Amino acid sequence: MALDDDLKKDGFTFVGTRPKRPDGLDKVTGRAKFGADMVAPGMLHGAILRSPHAHARIKGIDTSKAEALEGVKAVVTRADFPDTVQHKPGMAGEMWNVLENVMAGEKALYDGHAVAAVAATSALIAKDALKLIEVDYEVLPHVTDVDKAMAEGAPVIREGSADRSVPEGLHPNVVRYHESGHGDVEAGFAKADLVMEDTYKTEATHQGYIEPHACLGMLGADGKGELWCTTQGHFYFQKVCAAVLGLETSQLRVTASEIGGGFGGKTTVFMEPVSLALSRKANRPVKMVMSRSEVFRATGPTASASMDIKIGMTKDGTITAAKGTYRLQGGAFPGAPADFTAMCGFAPYCLENVLQIGYDVMANRPKQAAYRAPGAPMGAFAVESVIDEMCNKLGLDPVEVRLKNAARDGTKSSYGPTWDAIGQVACLEAVKAHPHYSTPLKEGQGRGIASGFWFNHGGETSVSLALSEDGTAQISVGTPDIGGSRASMALMAAEVLGIPYENIRVTIADTATLGYNDVSHGSRVTYASGLATIKAARDAVEKLKGRAAAEWGIDPDAVTWEDGYAKPSGPNAGEFEPMHITKITGKMGRTGGPISGHFEATPEGAGVSFGTHIVDAEVDPETGKTSIIRYTVVQDAGKAIHPTYVEGQFQGGAAQGIGWALNEEYIYGEDGRLQNSIFLDYRIPVASDLPMIDTVIVEVPNPGHPYGVRGVGETGIVPPLAAVANAVSNAAGVRLKELPMSPPRILKALKDQKG
Amino acid sequence: MSKIHVSTTVNGDPVDFLCDPRETLLDCLRDKLALTGAKEGCGTGDCGACSVEVDGRLVCSCLMLGAEANGKEIATVEGIADGDTLHPLQEKFIDYAALQCGICTPGILVAAKNLLEKNPDPTEEEVRYWLAGNLCRCTGYDKIIKAVMDTAADMREAS
Repeated sequence: MALDDDLKKDGFTFVGTRPKRPDGLDKVTGRAKFGADMVAPGMLHGAILRSPHAHARIKGIDTSKAEALEGVKAVVTRADFPDTVQHKPGMAGEMWNVLENVMAGEKALYDGHAVAAVAATSALIAKDALKLIEVDYEVLPHVTDVDKAMAEGAPVIREGSADRSVPEGLHPNVVRYHESGHGDVEAGFAKADLVMEDTYKTEATHQGYIEPHACLGMLGADGKGELWCTTQGHFYFQKVCAAVLGLETSQLRVTASEIGGGFGGKTTVFMEPVSLALSRKANRPVKMVMSRSEVFRATGPTASASMDIKIGMTKDGTITAAKGTYRLQGGAFPGAPADFTAMCGFAPYCLENVLQIGYDVMANRPKQAAYRAPGAPMGAFAVESVIDEMCNKLGLDPVEVRLKNAARDGTKSSYGPTWDAIGQVACLEAVKAHPHYSTPLKEGQGRGIASGFWFNHGGETSVSLALSEDGTAQISVGTPDIGGSRASMALMAAEVLGIPYENIRVTIADTATLGYNDVSHGSRVTYASGLATIKAARDAVEKLKGRAAAEWGIDPDAVTWEDGYAKPSGPNAGEFEPMHITKITGKMGRTGGPISGHFEATPEGAGVSFGTHIVDAEVDPETGKTSIIRYTVVQDAGKAIHPTYVEGQFQGGAAQGIGWALNEEYIYGEDGRLQNSIFLDYRIPVASDLPMIDTVIVEVPNPGHPYGVRGVGETGIVPPLAAVANAVSNAAGVRLKELPMSPPRILKALKDQKG
Repeated sequence: MSKIHVSTTVNGDPVDFLCDPRETLLDCLRDKLALTGAKEGCGTGDCGACSVEVDGRLVCSCLMLGAEANGKEIATVEGIADGDTLHPLQEKFIDYAALQCGICTPGILVAAKNLLEKNPDPTEEEVRYWLAGNLCRCTGYDKIIKAVMDTAADMREAS
């Protein structure tokens, strides 16, 4: 889609201001309805029985005792789902994986895999009933580590899962293969003064949203259903639930609750079809809410990664060649984002010779889900660590080296496309100019710099905007508001319509009242729903102008729209008093009927995103504990619609990245069971762990959006793993190559260095 | 299992409910009294999303049994505003965008209000340690800490 022509270059009235968010009152008074806050008449409570084994054949399930318990209204197992999933266009293959993950078939594939579910008159009875279900397991050998899972002799998770991309001779657990790049890396390495090659590892982490998954489903014998759930994409949930339950998509209406954090983890269907299946059997609504332990064991985590990076550099800091091999374990299903890891790793740089290879590997762990720029943080950790070490070896400034090699407008990217209007250089210049970068460090402290890249995404988008007779506007969007996007939509609509921000109400429409919308992912909401909102508002403005033109008896092209008024475009158009929006909407019923604006399309100009972080850290050599002393995020936002919420995205991404770098990890025992499935043991950063997080919003307008927006949600988590690792390594005087850099790991590195 | 009759006061109103001895105060607030402002983020006292005051003391309502509420004074996020007048903390949280998704906000507001009642002039470190039991995954805490500090300053000036 050619959108370049309507990039607004002059001043803004509303965009760039910082008004109160429209849903603020609801969220500070406790009245906002999240996933678990909904009830329905006659509602039952559901609960899920989960496998205690990492890998086991299910020889039989006896539910008779559970069914006999007073208050139990339905029990379901895989037998209550259709044998084959319906084919839905665009969903090839993945639906079967979703069903297999939602309810185990022949085998339990990980600790926490659902094997049966109960609906009862109370949550306590449902839990009691789970204890009465008898499952006959034949325990099988398991594997949870990525390198072991692709080694000879590893237990095969599911034979035949590999697609045609995988070269012959690899273990059947390697299910996807990616290779991209250009030039001749061997020739490039030969030209280098210094070549470094090393292996880096990251453990799986969880998105850690504070709201557990929750839903309330009702499915009648007539095939009509209602589903309320916490989700990043209710239209996608509608499609998936319909596919795995054998329903017509349009007969299932899905309403998104307020969402208590997602970060990618609520783009995946885990439990909602179970609620609907129980409801169909019990003929009553069924509410299901996961415990935190279920969230950790059965949803979300990222892939874990093992990566080999080789970089060649000349004495002046020019990178002559770069090669990355990325092995990602994504649980018991295909889908680890090894391709994204591979494509993003070297993307901040303009390279003559580059090669990247990715392996998607299955293991006995929960199905990985997207987590904020999925795959990118791991690769950046490995690449940016090696670059930092090379800068240290060659005595070069890490920002200067990154600037020297930076991707620029016209650069052919590491994975193919040639870029236009990108912000990597602008971000690095802002880092160089920031007082943080020139502030001297104290004894025992280290500074880390790292860059990060994320693609950003457009996606299918529908928005409707309806004007009321009093000249106010209501906007229906289909992308759940995961961090203040209602405010951004209202600001963009106010800009077009020229009416106050407060006169606009933004609603997240359910699946029955708006066309299809892709999920809130890929940092796409402010970009794509924003673009759609602007286009829908412009559509309405054209109609408003038409009504004024009709009243004045002039051509609609001779009318302009300014600050909420229709005006003749010039002296030739005629002498008419400007006509306010309320004058037009007040009588719209008599001048042609209701006035609405619409937009339905798949915008494709999302505009790639870059950021660079500066971190100062201090390491206590006695305890191995790291303190983050100072943190600055510099990132390109294209155009910040509501700068306060842009800062919030930067700060939140950085905080999550700090957790990933220092504390967070999935810990598996020898038995393949997750050992840290509560927040006490899986420790995300708390307020006392962090300093203030400073932000710099760089604005290199994205030509693919009318106001220049590029998504900001994900890039913020790409640099921090590496930036923190560089700061810690520089403070401790030893290179940390494995995340998290927990105190025991830092102490070991210090001890090993001493020998 | 027989139910326990509980008489208590929630946000100043006398209430009665019957609960199973295993049900937490959080379950009772949410399921029996329809006060869904307090959230269950973990059920193990680690996230603070269920924070309420019991006789003025800050507690995780997921760690207290409903039956233990008998005769107590409970205060939840629903009682923080005075009618349609928001508490200064609530105003400041909106102004500063100290929330993104908003799931942790009720617990953090209850905890922060409890702090300011005990200590009207906290240092940044004191605020950070007081709120260390309230997990927020969206904001990185920056804007939350600033909102609490600036509310405290405004309230000191007003008093």
